[in-house]
Amino acid sequence: MNPVAGYRAPYPGTQPNHLHPPYVSSIKRAPSHRLVQVPYTLSEVTGPSFNPQIVSPAASDLTRQHKGEPLGERIVVSGRVLDENSRPLPNTLVEIWQANSAGRYQHEVDQHDAPLDPNFTGCGQAVTDSEGRYRFVTIRPGEYPWRNHYNAWRPAHIHFSIFGPAFATRLVTQMFFPGDPLLPFDPIFNCTADEKARNRLISVFDWESTIPSQALGYRFDIVLRGRDATPMEE
Amino acid sequence: MSLQATTSQTVGPFFKIGLQWLYRDNLADEGVAGERVIVRGRVVDGDGIGVPDAIVEIWQANSQGKYAHPADTQDKPLEPGFLGYGRVPTDNQGAFRFTTIKPGAVPGPSGTEQAPHLVISVFMRGLLKRLTTRMYFPNDARNAADPILNLVGPARSATLIAKSGTDSLEWNVVLQGTNETVFFDLGL
Repeated sequence: MNPVAGYRAPYPGTQPNHLHPPYVSSIKRAPSHRLVQVPYTLSEVTGPSFNPQIVSPAASDLTRQHKGEPLGERIVVSGRVLDENSRPLPNTLVEIWQANSAGRYQHEVDQHDAPLDPNFTGCGQAVTDSEGRYRFVTIRPGEYPWRNHYNAWRPAHIHFSIFGPAFATRLVTQMFFPGDPLLPFDPIFNCTADEKARNRLISVFDWESTIPSQALGYRFDIVLRGRDATPMEE
Repeated sequence: MSLQATTSQTVGPFFKIGLQWLYRDNLADEGVAGERVIVRGRVVDGDGIGVPDAIVEIWQANSQGKYAHPADTQDKPLEPGFLGYGRVPTDNQGAFRFTTIKPGAVPGPSGTEQAPHLVISVFMRGLLKRLTTRMYFPNDARNAADPILNLVGPARSATLIAKSGTDSLEWNVVLQGTNETVFFDLGL
């Protein structure tokens, strides 16, 4: 078997290092040895492909998972999943989770003194369509305090998990909101050296997906790594 | 036009609400061909303390060494109903457990053969991007010629090979220190 075409290395500064001391929990969890460079093999350029039917269409509307309507500001979050060659990635699984409008997660570890919302769980799934598009209806999440440093607050964000076509393309990230005053102070958002790359995590207000009298729209496009054109022999 | 890949961010401490719907601790339903194995392990941090908020994802070939993916063009049979994907969280002590079948050997670079292995992603609070590693199987003669284990070298490759227990295999993810697991640079 010939060498396998791998996936492109990131543009310098556009991905975080594992160790980022301002984010205190990275200190005891980031590897201390240098990562071992290995060639791509069939194991990394393949990955799970899920039957789109594992996700019900209802799973993308987080405001209709319970008897009543959740509290807070209804929003539409939509975008495309593309690769670095601007090719849309159809049929890929997108999972999201988030705090409720008061900044509280439906999770036993979250003890923040803010109310739970019996009508909001805060998780959703979607599979991208033939043009790589996904769309969620949800509630704008609240900001919340955490214990990283004195008076630490996370900016409002939605967690995203995306598979893409291969083990190599798997990505977990967070989407933020434009104009959030907490962004300059958040060590997680600021873990990436490249300012433009960081700012691409901020969604864009979007008239096109805004529903009159219903919900503001935010657009968040996700780019997964592109494949190298030619195989590399190390 | 060339875009740049989206920046990775941590899964944080509350990933359970978003990811548990797809937890799969049994990768191979009854009837799937292959030697069944139970894998048990712990994820431990730089102080040797179990990480209670980590998630381990597994990807593997079937017992013939064929991946259920279009990029695998080998002339080998697919196993109906076998996806090859697993996702398990750690418990309060940092322990995880899953059941699967031992995969077959798969092709490696330049005509080599890779010994049976699982490819693994580990996510947790505190990790701004995932860690990737591999688990190999104990007492498999093919390990000696595996191109990736050989690249890692004898000093550290043992961290990638599970140990045989009485009813299960044991394989731990050690994040830091002298017994630190080998993690791979896939250009993430």
